[in-house]
Amino acid sequence: MYRPTLTSSILTLNRRQVLKAGGAAVLTTPFVSRAWAATTEINMLAWYGHGEPDIVAEYEAANNVKFVPKYYAGGDNMLALIAQSPPGTYDLILSDAEFVQQLNAAGYIEEMNPDDYPLDDMLHEDFSQFPGHWADGKMYSMILRGGHLGVSYNKNSVTAKEAESYSCFWKPELKGKVGHFDWHLPNLGQMSLYDGNGASLWNLNDTQWSKVQETTMSLRPQIGGFFDYGGTFNGLKNGEMQAMVGIGDWITGVLEKDGAPVASVIPKEGGIQFTESYSIGKGSEKAEEAKKFIQYMMSPAGQVKSAQMLAYPGFCVTKAGRAALIEADLEEAKRSHQIDGDAQDPITLIKEGRIHYRDIPQQQTLEDWNDFWSEYKSA
Amino acid sequence: MSEKYEIRLNIYALTWRLPIIFWQLIFFVGPVLFMVAMSFFLVKNYRMNEAFEFVNWSRMMTRGFFWDSYWYTLGIATLSTFCAMCVAFPAAFALAFRAAESTRRWAIFLLIIPFFTSYLVRTFSWFVILSESGVVNAVLGYVGLGPFKMLNTDFGTLVGYMTLTLPLVVILQTVTMANIDKSLIEAARNLGCSPLRTIWQVIIPLSKTGLIIAAIFCFILSFGDFVAPFYLGGSQEPTLPILILDTTKSGQQWPRAAVVAIMMMVTLFVIAFTGIALAYRKGKGSK
Repeated sequence: MYRPTLTSSILTLNRRQVLKAGGAAVLTTPFVSRAWAATTEINMLAWYGHGEPDIVAEYEAANNVKFVPKYYAGGDNMLALIAQSPPGTYDLILSDAEFVQQLNAAGYIEEMNPDDYPLDDMLHEDFSQFPGHWADGKMYSMILRGGHLGVSYNKNSVTAKEAESYSCFWKPELKGKVGHFDWHLPNLGQMSLYDGNGASLWNLNDTQWSKVQETTMSLRPQIGGFFDYGGTFNGLKNGEMQAMVGIGDWITGVLEKDGAPVASVIPKEGGIQFTESYSIGKGSEKAEEAKKFIQYMMSPAGQVKSAQMLAYPGFCVTKAGRAALIEADLEEAKRSHQIDGDAQDPITLIKEGRIHYRDIPQQQTLEDWNDFWSEYKSA
Repeated sequence: MSEKYEIRLNIYALTWRLPIIFWQLIFFVGPVLFMVAMSFFLVKNYRMNEAFEFVNWSRMMTRGFFWDSYWYTLGIATLSTFCAMCVAFPAAFALAFRAAESTRRWAIFLLIIPFFTSYLVRTFSWFVILSESGVVNAVLGYVGLGPFKMLNTDFGTLVGYMTLTLPLVVILQTVTMANIDKSLIEAARNLGCSPLRTIWQVIIPLSKTGLIIAAIFCFILSFGDFVAPFYLGGSQEPTLPILILDTTKSGQQWPRAAVVAIMMMVTLFVIAFTGIALAYRKGKGSK
């Protein structure tokens, strides 16, 4: 009787073949590892774009390092990723400024030496001692760049005059054409500004919080969708959305450079600043390499790269960086208003008190804001 | 010697079979059990702490937005299943009974081709077609219609669901109907049964199992899909997968997201179990 055996086909693996293949794999692994070990890997935790070739390729080639980015979306997402990883997993952490304090409180970041960074060259005095970046006279994070969130609109359907106030979002012609960047913090922050809460936009008592919810709910009939970065980008590009709440030049700037008739301005009620800062991960074995990279990003060349980042632009924070940008890319400097004397110059706006640094709710929890955001979306 | 050889052979064969068992235990049973446990954990300072508290369940179950999402997801997944089954049936019928064997093979091959491309890419391609300045509205504009808003609506979500499920449903229906004994259909026709009655009383009952399985697959895929409602529906009415994302995004409330996920799994289990029971239920007079 024919009895099929395991070696009846040349395509069937027998034990000897399996052992040979396994043995070969095990024996060659150390050689492969040695080949890889030649370059120093730096683990980076950041928003998308910061570890991309337009930012790091030149530095990698010059310093024989390789960045391994892990991208996140949202500060609490970042905190969770760190909380769930062993100490020392991330060498370099790019954080939104409002979360630096929490990073420090949880012991996730190393103390930094202020003398290593150009703190005396900052465009605004706040940047040298940015809120939350220092504790007990010690520095824990270095501000890298920023951007402002205000009214983002299509110039074909919203006039520059109308865009001077958040009230343009309620314009009847925009019904179903106003989009939200799907994150409660900037959206509710802008609604809080529209309610006249000004500098205390994050510090709302119960009455103010109720009013913000009411104002936000009144906008719901105007809303055509809730989008992530890609969706926001597409919505504005294909004209589905004519105005966006919760964003700024960091998205419209990319489209504007591509020729789309969109813009972002800071309305009379004020705008919100997102601020991105670099920290060195606690327990990092490559702290020195991480410090070197932060120094590079704070140099004029690094600041220019940051301002021109393909993923999303941000403004320079050092005087030398701004000067280098004007010299290297005057068009981008003008487009992003990084010119002394420009009415929408980000630094001028801060000095005029029209910009408020993004923060987290002071009297409510993030969950309260998120729960309301979920209710709002399903309303 | 023969017995010894068989034992050795079985151990060797078992070695190859064990991975799938381990795979299921490690990557399905284990995570599901962990997710159930996690739904009772607490989050403090963005870190999950082991606990056995019902606060996540009570919080989610008492929130109006959760039930809004639940009923909306259930409704739109049901609508998607109904649409896919209705649209797929005539195509599958034609392929099973009208098309030549070679045509059917080519058709099935062509229906498989969309799966070669990422679902996300296929979804994004709809932007070009459905947007107000897109292909559909441009064509309608020539005859004086539109523009119609299709993106960021329930219609957009449904189009996305169809993109995901329709090829699969057509394939499953075609294969099921192609395996029906044609002599039974001919007998019905010879005995004076009208074409429509033949479909209702012969073809559908005979392909019941396959049709229900196709519907279950369609429902499961639509119910759990994040991409279509988010990108084509504009997240206007958040579905449960979107709610999971929202819940984890702020405050890292994975335990509360686990509550939503468990509710989804229970719903799918009930629907799949009922569907399969219905599919294999024997009709009156059958043995």
